[in-house]
Amino acid sequence: MAVSEDDVRHVAALARLGLEPGRIEPLVRELNGILAHMEQLSAVDTTDVDPGPGAGVHREPALTTTPLRADEGPPIPLALPRESFAPEMRDGFFLVPRLATHEDADTGDAP
Amino acid sequence: MSEALRRLAAAEVATAIRRGEITATNVVDASLERADAVGAGRDGLNIVLHEDRDAARAEARRLDDAGPRDGALAGVPVAIKDNIATLRLPTSCGSRILEGYVSPFEATAVRRLREAGAVVLAKTNMDEFAMGSSTEHSAFGPTRNPLDPSRVPGGSSGGSAAAVAAGMVRVALGSETGGSVRQPAAFCGIVGIKPTYGRVSRYGLVAFASSLDQIGVFGRTVDDAALGLGVIAGQDPRDATSAAQPVPEYRAAARESIRGLVVGRPREYFPESLDPRIRECCDAALATLASSGAEVRDVSLPHTDLAIPVYYIVAPAEASSNLARFDGVRYGLRMTGDGLRGMYEATRSHGFGPEVTRRILLGTYVLSAGYYDAYYRKAMAVRALIARDFREVFRSGVHVLLTPTTPTPAFALGAISDPYDMYLSDIFTATANLAGVPGLSLPVGSIDGLPVGAQLLAAHFDEYRMLAVAYALERALGGGRSGVSA
Repeated sequence: MAVSEDDVRHVAALARLGLEPGRIEPLVRELNGILAHMEQLSAVDTTDVDPGPGAGVHREPALTTTPLRADEGPPIPLALPRESFAPEMRDGFFLVPRLATHEDADTGDAP
Repeated sequence: MSEALRRLAAAEVATAIRRGEITATNVVDASLERADAVGAGRDGLNIVLHEDRDAARAEARRLDDAGPRDGALAGVPVAIKDNIATLRLPTSCGSRILEGYVSPFEATAVRRLREAGAVVLAKTNMDEFAMGSSTEHSAFGPTRNPLDPSRVPGGSSGGSAAAVAAGMVRVALGSETGGSVRQPAAFCGIVGIKPTYGRVSRYGLVAFASSLDQIGVFGRTVDDAALGLGVIAGQDPRDATSAAQPVPEYRAAARESIRGLVVGRPREYFPESLDPRIRECCDAALATLASSGAEVRDVSLPHTDLAIPVYYIVAPAEASSNLARFDGVRYGLRMTGDGLRGMYEATRSHGFGPEVTRRILLGTYVLSAGYYDAYYRKAMAVRALIARDFREVFRSGVHVLLTPTTPTPAFALGAISDPYDMYLSDIFTATANLAGVPGLSLPVGSIDGLPVGAQLLAAHFDEYRMLAVAYALERALGGGRSGVSA
C-alpha cells in the first residue's frame, strides 16, 4: 500500500495543511518509509480480538466506566478574558475570515 | 548558602521551610542562581522557554510572609513542561502556532502543586506538541543535555528532565504519550514516573493522543518524584478519564521490604541486538534486587516488538484529530489566506514544524477511507494483545517488571535523521502507554560517563509497589541521597 504524491495532496487537503510543492516528494518517501514498518502488523492474527472502543478500554475492566458529570452548571471560569488569547474579537464574538461563498454573495465590507 | 540549599531533597526543603529554618525566598533565589550558572536560557542549554523571575520571587515572599505552612512542597521550586497550562506564563507546546499563548485556565496538576506550596519557576522546552524523543523538534531550538551538552536530553519532556538534572529544581512535570518522561529521565540520569492512565488529571494538558497521554513527574531521586506524584495524583471532576482510586502515601513505600516480591525480566526487552553494556547494567540491577530478597523470574510479553508500529498508527491518528483545533480561529497564530480554507492552510502550514506535519499526515492517512481497517483498526486490535500480555504476566504472580528504559544512552544532537530510527528510541517505553500501566525510570549505571536507566513497570494503579522496588534499588545502588552530583 504505497503512498503516492496524490495521496499526500489528498491527505494534506483533508488535514487543512498547505504544503509547498517541494515538500510533496520528500513526504511521500518519509511516509512510505514509516508505513513499511507497519506492514508487520498484517501478519498478526487478530481474528478473535475485539479492538474495543478506544480510550479507557485498556484499563482493568472495573475501571473502564467513564463517569459523566451532569450537563449543567456554569462553565469553568476563565482567569483571562477571551480577547486576551483570541486572534480577533468583536462584541464578545470570535471574528473569523469570511467564507469565500459569503464573499461571492455579499458586496459589503468584509471584517 | 545556595549550594547547600540546592543539595536538599524536595521533602527536606519543605520540612526546613515549615520549621522556619530557611525561607522560600532563599530557595527560589538559589534555583535562579543555579539556572544562570548552568546556562539554562536560549543561548545555553535552552532548558527554559518562559519564566517570570519577579513573579516567582513574589510568590516566594508571599509564602514567607504567610508564615509556617503545611504544604508537602512548601517553598519547593518546580518546572513545568510547556504543554501544561499555567496562569501568567505562556503555554506554547514548543510550537510557533501557540507562540505567546497564555492559557486562561490552569492545569489541575499545576494547581495542586501550587496548593501544596510549590513555586512555579519556569516552563520548559519540549519537542513540538510532545512529538519527538530528543527535544530537537522544538520550534525554539533544541535543549542540550546538562551532563554532556553535545548530546540530547531525550524527549519530548527534555527541558523538564534537564532542569532537574542540572540542579535547577528537584521536581518537574512532564507528559508522556510513548515514553516522554521515562526516556529523558534515563538520558539525564534522574528519576521519571509515568503514572497509570487515569492516575493524574489531564485537565490543562494540551492533548496529543488522548488514549495515551498522561502527566508524569521527574525527581532527582525516587523520593523527590514520589513526593511530586503524591501531590498531583487523584481524581478530578474536570477530567472524566481520571480514576476514582485512592491515592496511597507513596513516600511510605520507602519503608517497604521487597522480600518475596516477584520481579519479572521480560526477554523481549533484552534482545540480541541490545547494547551489552545496557544489558549488564540492568542484569546487575536485577541481581541487586535478588540479593535484597526479591525473586527474579524470566517472563515473556510476546507482542512487545509490535509496540512501535502500533504506537505510530494510534498516536498520529489521535493527534490528527486533536490538532485540528489549531486552525487560527480561536487562539494562537492566524495567517491570512484565500478565504477561510486558505487561512486554515496558511496558519497550519506556517505554525506546525516538520515532525508535527508528518504525524498529522500519517494520522490522517491511516484514518482515511480505504486504509482505516488495514491500519487503525488493526493497530487497535494488536494494542489489545499488548495490553493482554501485561494483564497475564501480572496475574501470573509477577509484581513488577524490570527492563532497560532505552536501547542506547543519550545520543549526539543531530545523530538521528530518519524519523523511524528516532521512533525506535521509545521501543521499551511505548508498551506501557499502550497498555495504560505505570512505569518509572531510574539510573542504574553508566556507559562512558552517560547514565543508563532501568525501567520498572507495574500493574494498573500499583505505583506503590513499583516505588517500593525503586526505593530499594536506589538504596542498594548507593543513590537516593540528597546530594546533587551534576
